[in-house]
Amino acid sequence: MNPAEAKRRRDRLMQFLVPLVLGVAVLGAWEFLVHFYAVRPFVLPAPSRIWAALLADLPSLAASTWVTLSVTMMAFFLALTGGVALAILFTQSRPVEMALFPYAVILQVTPVVAIAPLILIWVGLENITTALLILAWIVAFFPILSNTTLGLRSADHNLLNLFQIYGASRWQVLTQLQLPAALPYLLAGMKISGGLALIGAVVAEFVAGSGTGTGLAWRIVESGNRLNIARMFAALLLLSVMGIVIFFAMSGLQWLLLRKWHESAVRREN
Amino acid sequence: MPRRNVPPDRTRTPVTSPAAKRPLVALEGVSKTYLNGTVALSGVDLAIRRPEFLSLLGPSGCGKSTILRLIAGLGDLTTGRIEWPRATHDHRGRPQRDLGFVFQEPTLMPWRTVFGNVYLPFRLKGVSKREAAPRIMAALERVGLAAFAGAYPRELSGGMKMRVSIARALVTQPSVLLMDEPFAALDEITRHRLNDDLLALWAGQDWTVVFVTHSVYESVYLSDRIIVMAPRPGRIVADIAVDAPYPRGEAFRTSALYNECCRQVSAALRDAMAGHEHEE
Ligand SMILES: Nc1ncnc2c1ncn2[C@@H]1O[C@H](COP(=O)(O)OP(=O)(O)O)[C@@H](O)[C@H]1O
Ligand SMILES: [Mg+2]
Repeated sequence: MNPAEAKRRRDRLMQFLVPLVLGVAVLGAWEFLVHFYAVRPFVLPAPSRIWAALLADLPSLAASTWVTLSVTMMAFFLALTGGVALAILFTQSRPVEMALFPYAVILQVTPVVAIAPLILIWVGLENITTALLILAWIVAFFPILSNTTLGLRSADHNLLNLFQIYGASRWQVLTQLQLPAALPYLLAGMKISGGLALIGAVVAEFVAGSGTGTGLAWRIVESGNRLNIARMFAALLLLSVMGIVIFFAMSGLQWLLLRKWHESAVRREN
Repeated sequence: MPRRNVPPDRTRTPVTSPAAKRPLVALEGVSKTYLNGTVALSGVDLAIRRPEFLSLLGPSGCGKSTILRLIAGLGDLTTGRIEWPRATHDHRGRPQRDLGFVFQEPTLMPWRTVFGNVYLPFRLKGVSKREAAPRIMAALERVGLAAFAGAYPRELSGGMKMRVSIARALVTQPSVLLMDEPFAALDEITRHRLNDDLLALWAGQDWTVVFVTHSVYESVYLSDRIIVMAPRPGRIVADIAVDAPYPRGEAFRTSALYNECCRQVSAALRDAMAGHEHEE
């Protein structure tokens, strides 16, 4: 192993080790201080108590995790397909873009909490999952739309000229030039949108209130009402883990698809 | 406008058959005014022959790139005509322009390998990869990059990327290669090597290069005919033949003929600029 390679591995190890050590230290201090000052559990439970609550309620918390996760994933998937399709439509037809883009912006800038009651009434409380899906989708789809539109437009102009010289059809220009050129932008949008889908799902669940009664967000509200702060923390922990998994999944996808050719994914060599 | 005449004693064997005398591309009274009102070209007449190595030389802004783009069918003329007398025409009467284009930047698709980039012209015409592979490899061979077929553009130097761009333009064996200041962004050593390699590719073949440059020396070294242009509005002010045989090498760069041609071309360029100053 050459020295440069050894240094790289050491750097990689440190990247994990440093935050880990910090985390363990904070947890240790938390545990110690809670016991030392005898903080009551409904104010701040010790990490060990949160862990115990997590294990004790695991079956029901896992079910709630699944509900929130499935809403998030579905909203994300719909945001992805809808956003890309709309972006393609925008770049193919200027009038369509002029007509629709302002409304996409309005949808984006209006706080989702404010639209939520309206959506709930329209969709009906008996179709609560559909309502959650719509709300999460509204939050998640704009980054995909705007990034993909930008990406489709960013194709090199001389490459476009070259495609025209060789008599390429619109379909060929789209599939062989504009979409590949848009991929890095789309992936960056997906990274943002994945996190937003989760936020959208949680916010929608809060607003929908007791009507849902099943997702992680509602478990947080419910645990708070019962002053079961340990379970509240446990649910919060599960939400964070979900967010982290989504983030790393997107980063992994980005690396997988771009590592061969895009500067953002290529390791720098000096 | 003073127009230097082409001396009749051209080195190349004179063409005899009437069909061969027809130009490859004929520009007649071509003008181009952009939407913002810029008159990029005004009354350009130019007959491009086959074969020849033709340079378009002039200061920046005189419409060299515009001419190339119009020849390639990118954008409309404001007035005039561009004919391809020897080309077949499609059902709508448009000429089947048979050309390759090399831009100042390599203009490669970063997501495709060298092979995939050179495959592009065939791919867009629906030719299968298997069918095209021998010609792609031959084109890469000609520019000395056969060993890099599987590499991605970002792994190549600037000169190598330019070679890929040339291979892509030549892979369909077009009758004319349009090059817009192709080596201007490269260092001098690489530029000289690519100039020599380009001449080696062209010499003795039956096709045409239209080479845009703003370097007098480069144009004299490469071309057998130089069109000198002046700006505002873009127009042709001189048509100068360089009657030196190919292949040309370092010896040509130090010959009396080379120096004489450079002097002649520089003078034409100076006249063009002087005329321009009077106009302002
Ligand atoms: N797309 C365009 N829109 C408006 N003006 C243009 C455009 N392209 C070129 N021009 C103008 O036309 C003139 C000729 O440009 P160009 O053909 O690029 O010259 P050259 O290649 O000789 O430098 C310049 O004045 C330039 O600013
Ligand atoms: Mg130019």
